[in-house]
Amino acid sequence: MSQTRRQMLIDPLVDNNPITLQVLGICSALAVTSSLQVAFVMSLAVTFVTAFSSMFISMLRNHIPGSIRIIVQMVIIASLVILVDQVLKAYAYEISKTLSVFVGLIITNCIVMGRAEAFAMKNPPVASFIDGIGNGLGYGLILMLVGFFRELFGAGSLFGITIFETVNNGGWYVPNGMLLLPPSAFFIIGLIIWAFRAWKPAQVEEREYKIQTVESH
Amino acid sequence: MGLRNFFDRVEPHFERGGKYEKYFPLYEMVESFLYTPKTVTTAAPHARSYIDMKRIMTYVVMATIPCILMGMYNIGFQVNTAIETLGATGWRVWVLETTGIGFNAANPMVNILHGALYFLPIYITTLVAGGIFEVIFATIRRHEVNEGFLVTSMLYALIMPPDAPLWQVALGIIFGVVIGKEVFGGTGKNFLNPALTGRAFLYFAYPQEMSGDTIWTPVDGFSGATSLAIAASDGYQEIVARGTTWMDSFLGFVQGSIGETSTLACFIGLAFLLTTRIANWRMIAGCLGGMIAFSTLLNLIGSDTNPMFAMPWYWHLVVGGYAFGLVFMVTEPVSGSHTNMGRFIYGALIGFMVVMIRVINPAFPEGMMLAILFGNVFAPLIDHFVVQANIRRRARRHV
Repeated sequence: MSQTRRQMLIDPLVDNNPITLQVLGICSALAVTSSLQVAFVMSLAVTFVTAFSSMFISMLRNHIPGSIRIIVQMVIIASLVILVDQVLKAYAYEISKTLSVFVGLIITNCIVMGRAEAFAMKNPPVASFIDGIGNGLGYGLILMLVGFFRELFGAGSLFGITIFETVNNGGWYVPNGMLLLPPSAFFIIGLIIWAFRAWKPAQVEEREYKIQTVESH
Repeated sequence: MGLRNFFDRVEPHFERGGKYEKYFPLYEMVESFLYTPKTVTTAAPHARSYIDMKRIMTYVVMATIPCILMGMYNIGFQVNTAIETLGATGWRVWVLETTGIGFNAANPMVNILHGALYFLPIYITTLVAGGIFEVIFATIRRHEVNEGFLVTSMLYALIMPPDAPLWQVALGIIFGVVIGKEVFGGTGKNFLNPALTGRAFLYFAYPQEMSGDTIWTPVDGFSGATSLAIAASDGYQEIVARGTTWMDSFLGFVQGSIGETSTLACFIGLAFLLTTRIANWRMIAGCLGGMIAFSTLLNLIGSDTNPMFAMPWYWHLVVGGYAFGLVFMVTEPVSGSHTNMGRFIYGALIGFMVVMIRVINPAFPEGMMLAILFGNVFAPLIDHFVVQANIRRRARRHV
């Protein structure tokens, strides 16, 4: 049992990553990764919500009628999100302002719903909790990676601490303004997926079509 | 033919199973650069023509020659004129002084040579940086390094501002080659124009070096807004009021990126491309039609607050990158639509979008780059609907 639980925790990091393999939770990954600090808080929030919502849903799974299960899941998830939102507003007001609507949007995060539907409804609470933590961490890992590149090359800093002195402050580094715009996360996530699949070829999807041969000798 | 013998002698080493099998794309690149290629394409983009890829790409490069010459002349002219009042610094001044060429703005040769000192570093950087990545991908993915890159690099160098920092030039072309082309499978499978992809990357990443009033004529203390920037703030009449006639704009004596200022030079290239039937006239017609129709409509509507509404189509034609984009980017066969009906729609969409962005969007004074990329994205969808419409039409015929 302990072996499988360890796998539950580690699998979503690389082998079954919610962002790079299942391509879920992309919207928030685009929106909140312009600085590492914000990405870190978002990762914690999503991990917390996924873990506890999975656990509670799993506890109730035998009492939830199938026809209204989505509504019940939403109620649990929404309560947890409101909790997170209030805690952030109370103790980290600046970050909460930067995250703005995206904390509330955790409710609709496909990863949370996906784990509730796919895992928590069929498994016991402890396993669901661990699975939630694992997926939250897998999400967080990619968020932090994207945030790392965007903040380092877009603003020359990490966690707000200057690494490359930018030209505007008298240094040498010319910041890449595109990395501060949300679409740049598309490129970075794409490149990360490329790197992951080059590293683990098992993740490469089968082609839906055959690329034509263009030349003949 | 000693060289041919040399190639024949070393070729077995590069073929499958040979000693240098891995470097076949490199061998192939050098060989097909010097000799007619032995391989013939059988599928898109040139399935239905005897003209091979090498000839097409070479023709496009040849068509850019008027733009290159005119572009170099114009930069030299602008810089030399500015130097007369502001004085000059930098390594180019040293080169021109030691060789005795000087800074006489009235002498065309002097202007072209001065302009070449701006254009050549950018072009060489583009070739080296982009070429390295082409070869890396060709070697790993075992496809050939083809002449398409010569076109991409030339067009890319021509849409750079003259004083663009070279490391940014390198970064942009690498982005264009990798993200715009190679990740989708290389030449013939790129749904975006690689040169424009690289330019757009730079535009958003380093706006300070890629837009504004001071970058077009790189002399310290000189500030010259592009005609579009002037028109956007004060109306197109202001362009003439500041001493640039329509004819100046048509011939290309204005502020702008290296190769795009001269509408005339672009049209000479266009005549060549249309005669050789490399460029498809339908795209050109669509793009002109869309631009003329929409700008005329905006003229008629009018606006009290936005002076751009009043800009007539013949000004839209000669300012900014419209002509250059029309001739060399819109007509790119791979990223455009592939059906004849689709080509009209595709061109019209770009013509419409460019006026839309220039006139109505206050964030971007120039819209050609974004309009073409927008058109590229929609080209497959346009083709899809054209094909569907054709299927429906034929189905009705046989009820």
